[in-house]
Amino acid sequence: MARHWRAGAAGLAVLGLTLTACGGAKVGDSSSAGSESSGKCGTFNLAINPWVGYEADAAVVAYVAQHNLGCTVNKKNLKEEIAWQGFGSGEVDTVLENWGHPDLVKKYIDQQKTAVDAGPTGNEGLIGWYVPPWLAKAHPDILDHKNLNKYASKFKTSESGGKGQLLDGDPSYVTHDEALVKNLKLDFKVVYAGSETALIQAFRTAEKNKQWLIGYFYEPQWFLSEVPLKKVSLPPYKDGCDADAAKVACDYPVYKLNKIVSAKFAKSGSPAYNLVKNFNWTNDDQNEVAKYIAQDKMTDEAAAKKWVEANKDKVDAWLK
Amino acid sequence: MTVVMEKPGKTESARPAAPVKEARRPSRFMMVAGIVVLWLVLFAVLRGKQTLALAAADLTDLHRWFNDVNDSIGANRNSNPLFLYFFNEIRLVIDTLVTFVQELISQPSGDRPLPQIGWLGVVGIAGYVSWAVGNWRVALLAVAGFTFLGLQGLWQESMDTLALTLTAVFVALLFAIPIGVWAGLSDRFNRIVTPFLDFMQTMPTFVYLAPLTLFFLIGGASATIATAIYAAPPTIRITAHAIRNVSRTTVEAADSLGATRRQSLLKVLLPMSKRTVVMGVNQTIMAALAMVTIAALINAPGLGVVVLQALQSLDVGTAFNAGLAIVVMAIVLDRVTTAAAAREENARRSNNRLLKWRRPLLGAGAAVTAVLVYLSHTFLWAADFPGDGTVGSHIASAADSATNWAQDSLSGVTNAIRDVITNGLLNPFQTLVTDSPWWLVGAVLVALSVVLGGWKSGVTTAVCLGLLVGTGLWSDAMTTLASTLVATVLVMALGIVFGVWMGRSMMVDRLIRPTLDAAQVMPPFVYLVPFLALFGPTRFTAIVAAIVYGAPVAMKIIADGIRAVPETTVEAATSAGCNTWQIITKVQLPMSRSALTLATNQGLIYVLSMVVVGGLVGAGALGYDVVAGFSRGELYGKGLAAGLAIVLLGVMFDRITQAAARRATA
Repeated sequence: MARHWRAGAAGLAVLGLTLTACGGAKVGDSSSAGSESSGKCGTFNLAINPWVGYEADAAVVAYVAQHNLGCTVNKKNLKEEIAWQGFGSGEVDTVLENWGHPDLVKKYIDQQKTAVDAGPTGNEGLIGWYVPPWLAKAHPDILDHKNLNKYASKFKTSESGGKGQLLDGDPSYVTHDEALVKNLKLDFKVVYAGSETALIQAFRTAEKNKQWLIGYFYEPQWFLSEVPLKKVSLPPYKDGCDADAAKVACDYPVYKLNKIVSAKFAKSGSPAYNLVKNFNWTNDDQNEVAKYIAQDKMTDEAAAKKWVEANKDKVDAWLK
Repeated sequence: MTVVMEKPGKTESARPAAPVKEARRPSRFMMVAGIVVLWLVLFAVLRGKQTLALAAADLTDLHRWFNDVNDSIGANRNSNPLFLYFFNEIRLVIDTLVTFVQELISQPSGDRPLPQIGWLGVVGIAGYVSWAVGNWRVALLAVAGFTFLGLQGLWQESMDTLALTLTAVFVALLFAIPIGVWAGLSDRFNRIVTPFLDFMQTMPTFVYLAPLTLFFLIGGASATIATAIYAAPPTIRITAHAIRNVSRTTVEAADSLGATRRQSLLKVLLPMSKRTVVMGVNQTIMAALAMVTIAALINAPGLGVVVLQALQSLDVGTAFNAGLAIVVMAIVLDRVTTAAAAREENARRSNNRLLKWRRPLLGAGAAVTAVLVYLSHTFLWAADFPGDGTVGSHIASAADSATNWAQDSLSGVTNAIRDVITNGLLNPFQTLVTDSPWWLVGAVLVALSVVLGGWKSGVTTAVCLGLLVGTGLWSDAMTTLASTLVATVLVMALGIVFGVWMGRSMMVDRLIRPTLDAAQVMPPFVYLVPFLALFGPTRFTAIVAAIVYGAPVAMKIIADGIRAVPETTVEAATSAGCNTWQIITKVQLPMSRSALTLATNQGLIYVLSMVVVGGLVGAGALGYDVVAGFSRGELYGKGLAAGLAIVLLGVMFDRITQAAARRATA
């Protein structure tokens, strides 16, 4: 019996070997071309925080680092808190789009000194209360917070306990909406949707079905090119008016979004660090790439390629 | 208060015989009713007092203390010897293991642009192993399933997921089987280990993801360990159960023949419980797959990343395509391990003629597989899955248009359903539990659990409630409790309707069961977007998601219970002139009462495990606290406390329903 299967195995092995003779292209045949330039830059660990605008930043920086500098880019999908944690252990080099986060700044930049600020991205973050366009058109006066109480009952939902509903999103957002509602004496209740997905879907449905909805939102954001939400004005921001979180009664400041890098990476002399430091573009630039990714369903790489090829001058400035 | 009454109310109508019990039963029902009436009266008087409410941004001392512990670990991780010589070593070993498996099947290794074994090799190995441990039918399924993953355009992602799942299952089994054997041999150890298992299974994984990255850093090791922690308990429990169920006489016979403990363990206990242990392994694999999307939050590569990224741009089609790949992989792994568990028995029963050919065939199969592996290692066409995943994009666009259709044409109906259930059931009940003073709700729960489950479960409930107050999240816990119970009532309603239907007709069972399997394995993240469109960001959306996950279990258990009712009893009832409705309500349901209580128990636990997902779609309360703790450093301690509160609710529900089940069957 044993002889039987040994013969069979031998036969099959021979068959296999003959097959290989007419096999075609071999693995690794054409791989020598790209590996040459990768010596200088080495690996570049880039955190990807979970929103499309960030993905757009990361796509473009990764594309340039890979194609112009020959870096090996390691993209890591992480929430902000975890990404910052990675600075200390050397597993994350860069967070590309930071929205304030005073607690993380205090912990990792001031106390542990594992992270440093690498300057603005050029994007301006606007946070505020938004309504769907149909509503702004039908009731233009709703865009002033003073008139919100007039319409409060229209915003009632099954979740808001008899008051108007103000929908907040992901818990990682910077928000003082509860204090705002209280201090502006609004007849509203803050309801937490719990995720950005839930928030966007709520606005999409509201615009489509002409429902009443007011909620937290922010720019730059790809969704605004699908549904151009309208911002409601709050009492204007003045320096320090948000110093006491419980007493806030003014609009959110304009956030200058910035880049954070690990202290080690900043000293490493890697060309990728220079790229990160010089990286700077506008909200429109980001929205364009974000739109390619989110609405045109292009891959990150294809979206970045399209933008980079159309904006050679900007990219060249980053590489100086 | 229909919720708690429902169960005893139903068992009430059950039980035609046993007159002695009959005399006691109404009194228990009366006691429950009495407690509820008393509660309502006190609620009317004391409404809004001592509710222990805590605002979203507020913290208690306990939460701050958790934060401080977390911070000090993070600050000291590079100097503490515990890290340098213990956690870092563990991390190194597991990371090496993961990287090894990944380079084998999913990631480029060394100078190779592709993994060592390409798609043809993996498909070959999958087919061969399935055939060797199972039978040719599951081998065919495995080959078809894996090929389908490639056609979906998700080959590499699937292999990443497979690599991580296999490593996590391997690591889990390494610990789970010895612990399970020990727990099977020693009742004392079993008692010690059971609470830990409960903890591992009910603690929301979101809670320990962030600490795990603190201990084991970002990457493969953390993801593997997180998955292994969640996936190990089923194997431990089932192994212990299997060892304990080996018949006493067999063990005694071995002892009397002079076998040492070691011999009787290796030669008698383990071989005899092998089949059941394999079922445990099956459950562990399924649990590991359920973690795929969550692990993607700490950079575990694979299908989970596709799901999460698609979700950011609300791309239901792409998310569904990746979710489907997870389902396909789960079905293949499930069927193969199930077949493996049954194989030896089947082989013994089948005639020996085929058995004689088995060895040569196995040898030949191994040779063919080796050739396939070699080809896929060497040649591009066998290494890189050919085609551009058009099947995947067709699936995605079909899913998209189905979702759009549902959103456009159903949202009127769904909103009406939502409003009826929210206003009619959820809001009044939630008001009752959150606006009553905490001590009143506590007293009511303890009293109910004494009445339903006896003194012991009353004590457990009291302890759980005490700790719940200690977490500082009483009010949130009560909000979650309300939604959980409403969801469980709906799960049981569906479970009974479909369970009875499936139990009475084999054909219905065969048609529905695959859908149930898919509903259990499909990552909830995939169907959140359509549900959000249909129901908005509300507590009800969370309830619907929990039903999708929890109802299949209840249906399966009830169907099995109905099928276990002896044929002769049903025939006797038929010949006595009962119509179908009477047979169901007077014979089949009463006789499968223990299945009903088990279904309630499992339904509750499954619903509870969806609390965190609910937090992502507007359910607020504990689920939101957990998610917030994961995303914001200053809320970390609160998230941890919320996770503990979920565990406490789970333990409480589990003990009450189990004790009630024991009483019902006693």
